[in-house]
Amino acid sequence: MANMQMTKTPMPEQEAQVRNSNFLEVAQGYTLEQAINEAQRCIQCKNPACVSGCPVGIPIPQFLHEVAEGNIAAAYEILSNANALPAISGRVCPQENQCEGKCVRGIKGEPVAIGRVERFVADWAAEQGIANVATAPKNGHKMAVVGSGPAGLTCAGELARMGYEVTVFEAFHTAGGVLTYGIPEFRLPKAIVAREVSNLEKMGVDIEMNMVIGKILTIPELFERGYEAVFIASGAGLPMFMKIPGEGLVGVYSANEYLTRINLMKAYQEDSPTPILHNQKVAVVGGGNVAMDAARCAKRLGAEVHIVYRRGEEELPARREEIHHAKEEGIIFDLLTNPVSIEGDEKGCVESMTCIRMELGEPDASGRRRPEPVEGSEFKMEVDAVIMALGTSPNPMSTKGTPDLEKTRKGCVAVDESGHTNLPGVFAGGDAATGAATVILAMGAGKQAAKSMDAYIKSKQ
Amino acid sequence: MKQQYQIVHKKVLTPEISQISVHAPLIAAKAKAGQFIILRVDENGERIPLTISSTTEELVTVIFQKVGATTLALDELQEGDYLHDFVGPLGEPTHIENYGRVAVLGGGLGCAIALPVAKALTEAGNTVDLIGGFKTKEIVILEEEMSKACTNLHVCTDDGTYGFHGFVTNKLEELIAGGAKFDHVIAIGPLMMMKFACKLTEKYNIPTTVSMNPIMIDGTGMCGGCRLTVGGEVKFACVDGPDFDGHQVDFDEVIARNATYRDFEAQHKRDHLCRLGGGALNG
Repeated sequence: MANMQMTKTPMPEQEAQVRNSNFLEVAQGYTLEQAINEAQRCIQCKNPACVSGCPVGIPIPQFLHEVAEGNIAAAYEILSNANALPAISGRVCPQENQCEGKCVRGIKGEPVAIGRVERFVADWAAEQGIANVATAPKNGHKMAVVGSGPAGLTCAGELARMGYEVTVFEAFHTAGGVLTYGIPEFRLPKAIVAREVSNLEKMGVDIEMNMVIGKILTIPELFERGYEAVFIASGAGLPMFMKIPGEGLVGVYSANEYLTRINLMKAYQEDSPTPILHNQKVAVVGGGNVAMDAARCAKRLGAEVHIVYRRGEEELPARREEIHHAKEEGIIFDLLTNPVSIEGDEKGCVESMTCIRMELGEPDASGRRRPEPVEGSEFKMEVDAVIMALGTSPNPMSTKGTPDLEKTRKGCVAVDESGHTNLPGVFAGGDAATGAATVILAMGAGKQAAKSMDAYIKSKQ
Repeated sequence: MKQQYQIVHKKVLTPEISQISVHAPLIAAKAKAGQFIILRVDENGERIPLTISSTTEELVTVIFQKVGATTLALDELQEGDYLHDFVGPLGEPTHIENYGRVAVLGGGLGCAIALPVAKALTEAGNTVDLIGGFKTKEIVILEEEMSKACTNLHVCTDDGTYGFHGFVTNKLEELIAGGAKFDHVIAIGPLMMMKFACKLTEKYNIPTTVSMNPIMIDGTGMCGGCRLTVGGEVKFACVDGPDFDGHQVDFDEVIARNATYRDFEAQHKRDHLCRLGGGALNG
């Protein structure tokens, strides 16, 4: 008999007023009892809708059943066979739009907290020293993966499991892509990313750091070196700006730069040689998850932080959980507000930002109501830093030297449903192919590409 | 295929400037004049960009000045030691063509970068006037190499202790006044020097390329830290540069942005010197 408790078993969290001045993980994870209690809320649907909502197709009722029975090792086996990075997706997936969004328990109450249980199982396995690193015997075929973010790592793991010899080329000095440079420590501890990467290495995946593909080696040169297929998972590229006056002032950051300094380069630590400004009052422009991450980092560095977003609360693209956490931590939301210009002092440092109030008009192409400026409503915010979190454009670097590769109108690598590009043996996925999206969609694309690459190699034989 | 970045040769050029040649055959095979690398000294180190000065089959040579904590730490490494990270070749190569007569201006350490550019321009058939400027005689570097790489070498010192007495811009103006017709100017060095070189060449209507060195973190087209305004548009030095049309660059903005962390860097350098046990602080 299922546990008919209507709400999710609460997840222990650091107190908001404590955590907003440290970088330790906010959500602290279920205990064994809590995980079993929550897994017992699953009613084991015969046709589970949750699975159809999962981009990597985890057999959710099966792993929850094992947890409900207290068989955590068996649950880990099921989970990790379907998902190479469960400790990561359990933390950063937007489950409310995916598995949990489809859970029937959500109709009359809260859905089963699938993500929280997933995280528990992955962390439990790591604590026990269990890792699912079994692979098929080596088949002698070499595969190259460009980028070690969620798409690249997932693809590499899947291919290694099938017996391929996989090399991952990473441009930075640390693996993980956005998991390392983008998502902050307090949402996804870097030790967990390192653990998942080391599991891949145990499966025989070779990760080469400091390899900027397109510069040091081109994609055609990877084929010359004996790789039989290449997966491009180089992620998102350069940040976008608003093209308003003052964006070149000292104290105007892109969210990418701000987060990279903090997450990849550890600028928040006292002894870090990479600097970051410790500001008094920061405006973060944008309303997505990246904006929330940047805002919560700025708060932790001691600033008063405002989210400045041109649409309303309903339209905020960030996950509800992130918005909720940000508000709890004292981030101020200035909604229906849009920057017009940024002003600096005589040294060229940010002093203020002029904004205009907005109101929502008719729906636009995105289906959301178009924000329109309210005439004469300009006002000045005194700030000493502005962080632009407006999205990114595709990175052109990895595909340099591959002139025949087709791109989309927006500059992303064009792929078919299987992840294949127009060039034989060249596949792509994640943000490089879709533009900025989520970690789990990138993982789904990595998994799909691995299947397609396997089929491609077999078709050649 | 794991990369090992060993320092194979090290040469002290002046008390402030050293040259290292690093084993990096893949980068050496691809690098062209004007491109740069990013290195880290140790596993917690910051990423610093340095322009490539020369390459051989196996080695990539960079020249650096001990200006901050990271370059001081870098200078503590000796032949046989390893760098933690060495990434490249980054940025777009300097555009090389036969312009006719070209003046290449190098300011201080900028001469290390001006050298391969001058060499490439000479090989492309240009008449190359390489004008290298230094504060004083003691810190003149690469004189012999520079003289081989160009048609006419003009060494200048700010204090007149060696060569022409004055700035590189003074020398360039003197040459122009003397009847030299330059079809193109390339300026590489401190921001102030490049700014004034551009002011001068604008007056004479000579197209001018500058090699920009803004603050940079990843250097791979991701973070946007190296952005600058060129012709009213945002450009990224790591993807679009580091070379830009000098007459279009907003120098004052870059000068302000490059000073963003000056206090932090000064403090960090003092901390580093203290850890070394040295008491002498000279900037």
